[in-house]
This record gives sequence, C-alpha cells and structure tokens, in this order.
Amino acid sequence: MLGYVIRRILMLVPVFFAVSVVIFSMIHMLPGDPIENLLRVGSSPAQREALTAKYGLDRPLVEQYLLWMGNVLTGDLGTAIVQRRPVAQLVAQALPYSLTLGGLALCFSTVLGVVVGTIAASWRGSWLDQGLMGGVLFGSMLPNFWIGLLMILVFSVSLGWTPVSGARGWESLVLPVLTIGLGGTALVARVTRIAMIDTQGKDFVLLLHAKGVHPLTIQVRHVLRHALIPVVTILALRIGWILGGAVTVEVVFARPGLGSLLIKSLNQHDYPVVQASLLILAMAVMLGTLMGDLLQAAMDPRFRDSLT
Amino acid sequence: MSGTVHKTGILATIRRSVAWRALATIKGGVAGGFLLLVVLGAIFAPVLTPYDYDIQALTNAFQPPSLAHPMGTDEFGRDVLTRILYGARTSLSVSVVAISISLVFGMTLGAAAGYFGGRFDRMVMVVVDLTWSFPEILVALMLVAIIGPGVTGTLVAICVAYLAQFTRLTRSQVMALKTETYVEAARGLGASHAFILFRHLLPNCLGPVLVAGMLATGDAIILEATLGFFGLGAQPPTPSWGGMMSSGSGLLFKGPWIILFPGLCIALTVVAINLFGDVLLAKLDIRDRLRVV
Repeated sequence: MLGYVIRRILMLVPVFFAVSVVIFSMIHMLPGDPIENLLRVGSSPAQREALTAKYGLDRPLVEQYLLWMGNVLTGDLGTAIVQRRPVAQLVAQALPYSLTLGGLALCFSTVLGVVVGTIAASWRGSWLDQGLMGGVLFGSMLPNFWIGLLMILVFSVSLGWTPVSGARGWESLVLPVLTIGLGGTALVARVTRIAMIDTQGKDFVLLLHAKGVHPLTIQVRHVLRHALIPVVTILALRIGWILGGAVTVEVVFARPGLGSLLIKSLNQHDYPVVQASLLILAMAVMLGTLMGDLLQAAMDPRFRDSLT
Repeated sequence: MSGTVHKTGILATIRRSVAWRALATIKGGVAGGFLLLVVLGAIFAPVLTPYDYDIQALTNAFQPPSLAHPMGTDEFGRDVLTRILYGARTSLSVSVVAISISLVFGMTLGAAAGYFGGRFDRMVMVVVDLTWSFPEILVALMLVAIIGPGVTGTLVAICVAYLAQFTRLTRSQVMALKTETYVEAARGLGASHAFILFRHLLPNCLGPVLVAGMLATGDAIILEATLGFFGLGAQPPTPSWGGMMSSGSGLLFKGPWIILFPGLCIALTVVAINLFGDVLLAKLDIRDRLRVV
C-alpha cells in the first residue's frame, strides 16, 4: 500500500508541471493586452514600455515561465495587473468562500443522494423508486445557473427568505449549496441504489431476514453500510465536478469566491490572476482525484497493482 | 406475395431505421417531436415572428408576457420569443458543429490508438486522461481564455472539452473488436490496416459513439449557455440562449421572464435530447457498451 501511495503521489509531479505549462502558455496567447487597460488615454509609448517592463511582459516566454513557476513554488503568485494587489492575497481571500461552498455542497448532495438511493432501493420498482430517481436525474440535466436564478426568483425575490446575493452570514449559503447539491445528487443516488440492490441479494441479508430482523434495520444497518464503499470512492472524484459547479454558481450569486475571481479576471484580461486561479482549481481537481484513488486502493487491494 | 418479404423503397427503409422506431415510442416521440419543433423553429424563425431580434424599441421595454409578446420583451424592448428562436440558431448550431468536429477527431484518435496500441496509444492516453480528469467547464474556460470570447472560442472550447470522452469510448470499442474472428479473417485475406479500420472496426463502433455524441450535445448546449452566461459566448447583438440569460440576470426584479423562458428552453431541449438518447440506447441495445468507458 505504501508503495502505491508513493507511486501515485509521484505521478502528480509531471502532471502538475504539464498543467502549469498548459495554463501558462494558454494565458500568454490571450487576446487583449492588459497594459492597454492600465494606460490612460494619450499616454506616451515610453510609459507603455515602462509598464510592460515592470510586469516582465517583454522577456522571452520561457524565461517568463521559469520566473513564474519559481515564484509560484515559493508562494509568490505575482501582482494582479488590473486589481493592483498581490495575487496570493486575492486568492487567499477567495479560497475560503469556494471551499465552504464546495464542502457544504458535497455534504448536501451526498446525504441527499444516499437517502434517495436508499429509499429507491428499498421500494425498488415502485412508483416511489421511479419518481425519485427520475426526479434527481431531471435535476442533474438542468443548467445549474438557471436553477440558481430560479431559486433567487422564488426564495429571495418572491418570498424574501434568503438574501439575493453576496456572502454575508449563513443564509447566503443556502441557495448556492442547494443549487450545486441538487445537480450532484443524481450520481450519488444512482450509485447508492445499484450498490444496495446488489447487496440485497447477498446471503448474509437472506440470513438476517430468516432471523426475523426488521427489514428497515436490515436496510439501514447492514445493506446501506455495505453499499457505502462505492459511494465513498466516487465522492472524492466528485471534488473536481463540485468545483466546476462552484465557478458558475458563484457568479450567479455574486459570491466572492475563486470562480467569481476567475471570470472577473478573464473579462479584465488580468493574466496573473487567471493563471493563479486556474492553477489552484486544477490542483484541487488533482488532489481530489488523488484522494479518490487512494481511498479506492485502501478499500480494494486490486487497484494497487493498476499503477505499474 | 408472402408478407414476410422485406419491402424495399425509401419509406420502408425509414420505417426500419432505429430513429424511426425510437420516435414510435411514447417517450421517444415526445422528446423527438420537441427537438424537431425547436429545430424547425430555429430554421423558420424569420417566417414565424414579425419582430426583429436586434432592433431596439426602448418605449417597449420590460413588457410582461402578453398576446403580442408571448414571452414578454427585454430591457431594450426586443421580443423575447423572437430572440429565443434566433438564439436557437446560434446555440444549437454551435453545439452540434462543435460536437461533430470533436466526434471526428475523437474517433480518429481513439481508433488509431486502440488499433495500433504501443507507444502511440500511451501518448494519446496520457493527454486524454489529463483532460478527462478536469471538469469540462474548466477546460472550456481555459480555451475561451486563449481564443477569446465569441462563437469561435466557444466552438473550440466545446470541441476540446469532449474530445477525451469520444477518444476513450472509440478506443475501448476498437480494442474490444479488434480480436474478433472476422477481423482476423480480413487480415488473413490480406486487408490493409486502413481497410480493416474503416470497413470493419469503425462501422461497428459507430452506434455507441454516435449516441454518446448525441448525449454530449445536450451537455454541450449547457456548456455553451454557461459560457454565454459568463459573457464569453456569442457576443451581442447575436442572440444566444446563454447570452440572453447573462443580460437578464441583473434584471431579475424588473423582468423575470427575460431569464425564465430562455432557461426553460435550454432545460427542455437538454432533457429531450437525453430522453431521446435513452430510447435510442434501448432500441440499439447498446447500453452496456456505452458503460465501457
């Protein structure tokens, strides 16, 4: 197991550099010139050159990359060109918002998905099963920014229960979490349902029935516990997906998270911020995948050999 | 003449086709019918509506839905229904074209990787796995960042975002098929690699890959709308479903119908595509082959 863990973590290093090169070179092909945004109307070419030199945009690309990477590895993400603040500071400010939102959404979709999956598996084939599974599937097909806007319309504008946008207090978290969570419920519910139906046919469940244990106790105490293994493994793999959803939902609800920062900087052509937020999102996805793989290997030894 | 003889002719061929059999079910009929309606609406938009999609009439702004404007008017007094019909042209064509290009590239790459194997296969899979592990929206955002906001950027973004999926699927299909006896027989008869690939392997994995492509088109419509919503999609005044919601999101209090109807349109179209794809999967009996990925 230890060998697998080490191999799996070492695999991240080339991936990290590949991703960083891709992000770096992509951003440097961006249209629009950030210097353009800084210059006042009628400023001289000399002023322009001075600014370009100040941000290192006149050096060769390889040099710019090495400089950037060296700084990133030491925790210096550069200075935002348009927002004129250290990028690390901007990212550090935004990250907690995204992590809270993502974490809560992950918990919510998991709990709801497991509950729905359990109910569907327990009354398999009934109208309850079909209705619930159809419902969560339908929810997962809708664009999440539209669900978010609808929720604002219903709960904030019409009913006035929650704030429309922003990030003040826990009330402002309710709608974003619901929006991301509802979309993610379908997969968890489906995996739970299939795993439970699979387990229901096992001999030990038959034995429990024969012993006269209450069916509900069997479902929750024995079958569900057994079926949770595949659910746990897909959870970590969902982190990337949750982050993708968070980007959109943050923009809808005007939450000051990493997604909002990314979209804002993209529209402002603020290279350093775009680079840093993409890199951090990519790292989060990679760490999520890593956790998923490690969990899977911990629970099922067969996966440990898959990396040679 | 006995009735068992297969009828020939165009009508009979259509009736035997999978698409027709899928349309004949209730689920497939409703979903397919709705999709047909949307496509026809997009094509015949100029005939169907008396309004223009980009002529502003500020005195007419923020009209709630009425007989003259069934879906109301937006902040510039433009008819929302008209813009949805014209927006369907952008949103649908961008998604369909992007997925088609992605399918062609993905199938070529995946078939070559699966058939030849070895170092080429490993090289392709490293790149594919790298993009596969990232959410499509992140991949798309990176690409839109380079190419710039607009239709071209969105097109390329969707293309690349789904390339990994099609490559993986085709590769796994080809790998499963290439050891079949008939492939060996063809090789024994002296058939070239290209002949085996194009004549035997690709036609056999076409079904699952095409259905996967159709289902991905649904996701692509959402992706296109999301980019549009961020203001990175088709630029105004060109209407697109996502773009309409982008400008409408700030006007939630004054005119909720401005975002309600485009969103409903996206949602219904995507759900219809998924339902129809589901019926196709059942009719073609390839649900298990799609799970190989």
